[in-house]
Amino acid sequence: MKFFHLVWGNLKRRKLRTSLTLLSILVAFVLFGFLCAIKQALVGGVALAGADRLIVRHKVSIIQLLPETYQARMEKIPGVAAVAHQTWFGGIYQDPKNFFMQCPVVPEQFMAMFPEFILPPDQMKAWLATRTGAIVGRKTAERFHWKIGDKVPIMSPIWLRKTWEFDIVGIFDGAKKGTDTTSMFFRYDYFDEARKAQNWGTGQVGWYTIKVQDPAQAAAVAQRIDEEFANSPAETKTEPEGAFAQGFANQVGNIALIVAGILGAVFFTILLVTGSTMSQAVRERIGELGVLKAIGFTNGQVLGLVLAESCLLTVLGGGLGLAFAWVLTSRGDPTGGMLPLFFFPLPDLLLGLGLSVLLGIVTGILPAQQAMRLRVSDALRRM
Amino acid sequence: MSHAPTSGEPLVHVDNVEKVFHRGSEEIHVLSNLNLRVPAGEFLALMGPSGSGKSTLLNLIGGLDRPTRGTVTVAGDRLDQLSDRQLAAWRARHIGFVFQLYNLMPVLTAERNVELPLLLTPLTKAERRQHVATALAMVGLSHRATHYPRTLSGGEQQRVGIARGIVTDPTLLLCDEPTGDLDRKAGDEILNLLQALNREHGKTIVMVTHDPHASARAARTVHLDKGQLSNGEVK
Repeated sequence: MKFFHLVWGNLKRRKLRTSLTLLSILVAFVLFGFLCAIKQALVGGVALAGADRLIVRHKVSIIQLLPETYQARMEKIPGVAAVAHQTWFGGIYQDPKNFFMQCPVVPEQFMAMFPEFILPPDQMKAWLATRTGAIVGRKTAERFHWKIGDKVPIMSPIWLRKTWEFDIVGIFDGAKKGTDTTSMFFRYDYFDEARKAQNWGTGQVGWYTIKVQDPAQAAAVAQRIDEEFANSPAETKTEPEGAFAQGFANQVGNIALIVAGILGAVFFTILLVTGSTMSQAVRERIGELGVLKAIGFTNGQVLGLVLAESCLLTVLGGGLGLAFAWVLTSRGDPTGGMLPLFFFPLPDLLLGLGLSVLLGIVTGILPAQQAMRLRVSDALRRM
Repeated sequence: MSHAPTSGEPLVHVDNVEKVFHRGSEEIHVLSNLNLRVPAGEFLALMGPSGSGKSTLLNLIGGLDRPTRGTVTVAGDRLDQLSDRQLAAWRARHIGFVFQLYNLMPVLTAERNVELPLLLTPLTKAERRQHVATALAMVGLSHRATHYPRTLSGGEQQRVGIARGIVTDPTLLLCDEPTGDLDRKAGDEILNLLQALNREHGKTIVMVTHDPHASARAARTVHLDKGQLSNGEVK
């Protein structure tokens, strides 16, 4: 710390050059934070997926429906602890841009299957007592300023092409950070009765979620389920919930690889910019470095001073960039519902800080070694 | 490794020193068979024309360079036997430098510049501050402690340079053309200061200069020409 004023003073020597370099590092780390949040939004569901849950969907495509009658057969399969179904509603609230997921479910089965959704008991009771009742996640409730008791009209272009009316009877929260609280769930009986009246896909559901008794037996249970419905009109594909979530992300592409590629290009550019700044800074100060050595600074201390300067520059820029990214991503999903799990994960923030230090070391090491190897008498001549 | 010179023993021994520089395949003999003794407490001036090897000799005495042949012993330490790391520590303890162009850090205030050698010591912040204040007071610049070099005159900058050179109370003060970049008045002030450090505080000073007016302030002057030393007159 006693050398701090020397390091800090050298950074302030060329204010414009330092500011521009700092700004480029800051922008790079803001981008880092945003890309981490996007990656989290697209693949975060994979990490949060239950280890004891399987998804059963139509073998051909997720948009193909499965018979409701499959549930009773699945419940009899050895290793299956519980079954619940959901169906994609695809509704629109006021404007197609106001995207969030809605699904009809059987309330008790659904809430038992997904304990990460926290609903107060009185609201659960109200849901069971209200046929048109719906529960909504807190993020969406806050987004549209919904409160319990509100009547919400949602138009479904898929189901009957009409506007459905729901009564908000509950607002649920997530048990842990990253739990999606953007969705809305309403009663399956209300949904199916309306379909029956129009003879429109009644008795069909989108997918099933299976809770297995022993996660170690998940693969075996999945196989049994698919064998049960093999050679039927609606064959199934059963996979762990995490793999199912990964499948959605993979539709966009290999997210992790895309993000790594973008960040790699950005950081390589920053490395060149910062490295150039540090090389110039050392070249300009060869005489002064010679004076320090003449006074008694060792080669190691001179190396340390230059490295400290480059690390201070990158940590300052990186830290500010990460802070900006944290603030900007804390405002939530910028797409209006397409990325419900949009946040900057703490492990990635810490990784970013580590990268900023590493950037300082990598960009500073060559100039620092150059400074270290200076012959004092030669350096003093260049003063 | 070292022993402090006893009474009467010279502080600086330069014995049969040769210094050869290589420029490509060419050899440049800067110093040849040079011998010099500097007693403790002496103010010695080293004079000679440009290219005579004055600064080279000063660098050898200050441990900034190594002789090609011969030995340099200062304060009982054989400098040729010290590693680079040991030499750095040795310089920090024994040598104060005063440069022709002051060589202050432009990004540091006067007091921070003076403090630089103290950063290499185990002194606390408060102790360092005390030493700095004393050094600046000795050179008459206490009122300019928080000023940056760019706001100081040439003479003031050199006084800060001298304060930096003496703040650790070094065994030996080496001055390379300390008045070379100053006008007569400012130069005289610097020479007055160096004389006072020598006479009142017993500082051993070796000063390189090409100015007879400056060398007249020293107790003894030796002349260097084509790498060889002639015996100097004692005043």
